[in-house]
Amino acid sequence: MDEVLGQQHPQQPARQVTSARDAGGGARRASALVLEQVTRRYPGNPEPSVDGVSLSIAPGELLALVGASGSGKTTTLRIAAGYETPDSGRVMLTDESGATRDITHETPQRRGFGMVFQHYALFPHMTVEQNVAFGLEARGVGKAERLAKAREALAGVGLDDKAARPVQALSGGEQQRVALARALVISPRVLLLDEPLSNLDPTLRQSMRDELRATLRHSGVTALFVTHDQEDAFAVADRIAMLAQGRLLQVGTPEELYHAPATREVAEFVGRAALLPAERMSEGVWVTVGSVALAAPARPDANADGGSGALAAVLRPESLVLVDDDEQPAWEGTVAGRRFAGGHTVYQVRLESGAVVEVMGNGFGAPERGTVRVRLSGQPIATVRA
Amino acid sequence: MMRAARLRRPPGGWATALVAAALLALLLWSVVYPNAAIIVGSFERGLGDWRDFAGSPADRDALWGTVVVSIGSVIGALLIGVPLAFLLSRTEFRGRRVLSAVATLPAALPPLVGVLAFLFLYGESGVVTRAVQHVLGLESAPWTLTGIPAVIFVHAYTMYVYVFLFVSAGLERYDTTLDEAAAGLGASRALTLRRVTLPLLTPSLAGAMLLVFMSALGSFSAPYIFGGGARVLATQILVSKLNGALGLAYVETTVLAVTAVLALLLLRRLEGKRQYSVAGKGRATRQMLRSGTARALLPPLALTLVVLLVLPHLMVVLVSFARDGAWTTQIMPPEYTLDNYRRLATERQLWRPITNSIGMSAAATTANAIVCFAIAYVVVLSRAPGRRAIALLAALPWAIPATAIALGLAATFDRNAPEQLRVLLVGTFWILPLAYFVRNIPLVTSAVEGSLRQMDPTLEDAARGLGASRWLALRRVIIPAARPGLVAGTMLAGVAAVGEFVASVVLYTHASRPISVEILSQIRNTAFGTAAAYSVLLILLVLAITIGARWLEGRFIAGEGVMNAGR
Repeated sequence: MDEVLGQQHPQQPARQVTSARDAGGGARRASALVLEQVTRRYPGNPEPSVDGVSLSIAPGELLALVGASGSGKTTTLRIAAGYETPDSGRVMLTDESGATRDITHETPQRRGFGMVFQHYALFPHMTVEQNVAFGLEARGVGKAERLAKAREALAGVGLDDKAARPVQALSGGEQQRVALARALVISPRVLLLDEPLSNLDPTLRQSMRDELRATLRHSGVTALFVTHDQEDAFAVADRIAMLAQGRLLQVGTPEELYHAPATREVAEFVGRAALLPAERMSEGVWVTVGSVALAAPARPDANADGGSGALAAVLRPESLVLVDDDEQPAWEGTVAGRRFAGGHTVYQVRLESGAVVEVMGNGFGAPERGTVRVRLSGQPIATVRA
Repeated sequence: MMRAARLRRPPGGWATALVAAALLALLLWSVVYPNAAIIVGSFERGLGDWRDFAGSPADRDALWGTVVVSIGSVIGALLIGVPLAFLLSRTEFRGRRVLSAVATLPAALPPLVGVLAFLFLYGESGVVTRAVQHVLGLESAPWTLTGIPAVIFVHAYTMYVYVFLFVSAGLERYDTTLDEAAAGLGASRALTLRRVTLPLLTPSLAGAMLLVFMSALGSFSAPYIFGGGARVLATQILVSKLNGALGLAYVETTVLAVTAVLALLLLRRLEGKRQYSVAGKGRATRQMLRSGTARALLPPLALTLVVLLVLPHLMVVLVSFARDGAWTTQIMPPEYTLDNYRRLATERQLWRPITNSIGMSAAATTANAIVCFAIAYVVVLSRAPGRRAIALLAALPWAIPATAIALGLAATFDRNAPEQLRVLLVGTFWILPLAYFVRNIPLVTSAVEGSLRQMDPTLEDAARGLGASRWLALRRVIIPAARPGLVAGTMLAGVAAVGEFVASVVLYTHASRPISVEILSQIRNTAFGTAAAYSVLLILLVLAITIGARWLEGRFIAGEGVMNAGR
């Protein structure tokens, strides 16, 4: 399996989380958020920024919205938050009482959501605890109580010793935690996070992913978070929704997106994949390079239903193997490069057709620029429309 | 062979050190010396003049009036400027572009001309006043535009532009996600404004308040024309001088200057206290208002504001075609003619102020460009000894009201006394350019400094390292880097000098009278048409300078025509 999924956390069904927290007593039920056919067009842009997106986030679920920049993910998030109003479509909230209502035109003030901004949007003229207490101040909570709650929330992110500091004296990671505490202290119905990890350096980012997931899980909040980084999404989210050009391409667990991508874009965005022309037969997927056709079983859950149009096989590094026998048919290629990926080496092999595929090495010691033979490993292969 | 007595090379080299020494000498002579002379002069009779000042009811009134006018002007300017800045940067409505375009118009009026326009419009016999009187069928004018309220009214109108520009710029840089964060946390608009937005705009607000306060403190034309019985220090100084009570004038000047410096220090602290770097991507998008009533009311409100803002300019143009002496009790001037302009062009006596203004401001501004570039270079890019002192002295004239500067020059350069470093300039052509030059040193210097600070300081070293001579490095690297600030600063200085009134009215002689002083004497003769024609000419000169500078720089220069301070 690719290293991206190597660090995958154990999946937890969202419903269980909710009920477990209910059993813990006191805490209110998490809310559910539904976007229905939401469309948003900016003046002067011929294409809509968000085009008929429907999403449903279960109570207590962590949903990641991924996509390249300009794919409409931030606009979708801002519509969920109430900073933007969609031109058409609805935003529905099922709140802690179980009542469902249309909040499309509700102001952010009234929604009771929490938001963590990309640059955190901490108030630079306030201390750490004043920042965290601000949402409670807006709710008319008395000074002593709100400061106590702010301290508690800061303790939850390990920053209670820095409560009196000015926020500008904090490091990036600490600011991120303050932003999170500020959003969580108001017990938001839904927590929205806009690229919460993008401002951190790579090392810090790794550890903050785990921390973010742990904090969100612990709070039991329903969360929608936007990222352009698939690794962030894989590490934090229960499910991932992928957007491109304002349209929703696929929603599913990280495994579903990896193994059964709905489209070419999803296959290319999630993990590493080579897309080669393929045909689907009853016995499996046939991939032809040059004059050699090889077959592997088709994934049963893969979407491409054989309808009209050309297909492409999604070849992950683990879908291919290097072989050193001449007996069975294989594709010939030259090693164009290799990288060590913790425990195994991945080879980039340029096939005769010019296509480059990545192949899991499995202890195979091929030199760079050497000639190698590549065969399908026999793992089920997904196909997408070419 | 020992050469122990050999002088050590100063940091930055001999040439720069020499330039720095020359600049320091020039600043000491033109800025420090005259002001020191004032302070010394105030003690010429021991504490006698100070005792007179303390005992004089007129001076107590003037001091009080100055404080009230200054604070009132700040409040008035804030009340207009802040909402207007928010309205124009945050909301979208019909007429926004037009309102935006004319919002800075009041600052484009030369000081005296603005006051004149108000006189024509809202004075006792002004057009608006008479129209209201006529419509309501009143026996007498519904209001009189005199006293301290009138002065504050005029100041608020002309000086809100500072607040508007500073707050607009602050909002431009403002990270709007902070407001969104507050809203998301449940804060109402009012709470967000009070706890988040306004505190973060403190530097902009303090900067603008400082500018308004300083301008109002030294303001001369509005109190002079509209003051009526009310006194302020700036006008009181001239009264004392004309009465021959020079010692008292020196005391008044000292008090005024000290007040100004104190205010400067106070507001600077406030300004620096809350500087935050904001990193976010504050996409300030203008939004339609949600409330239907507000949406319906905004366009007519905008239209009203546009009319109010354009009216003074239109009025001056209109009156410039009015036949002198014909406009007495009618609402509008009854007869129109081109005579006013024709006389300006043909009568030598009337033409003289025009050539005077152009010549004197050209001389002063040229000197400003050269000297202030040198100051900025020494301060920003050199390590020459004394550069901190130079920076301080170059900023000093900004804190000193124009009347005080003028009186200082009058007190210092009234005789030839080479042993005291005095030359006789009073009564000559050169005293006014010197005053303009001194007044504009801070403006041009800070503009050039701004440009030079944006330049990578290693560029000069890089050029020298590539074998360029000092002159070539200056010409090809430093001057191009300084140019935007130099052009903008020189332009603003030229605009300020060509319409200068406050120092001029203290120092002019009949032969060297500039346009502004001539406007005043035409008003005294109730030759309103001629005064207005001069005013139009002055506006055209300002326009020509602005366009010339834009052409020179080939691009838009922000904040043009705005800094003609010291109304």
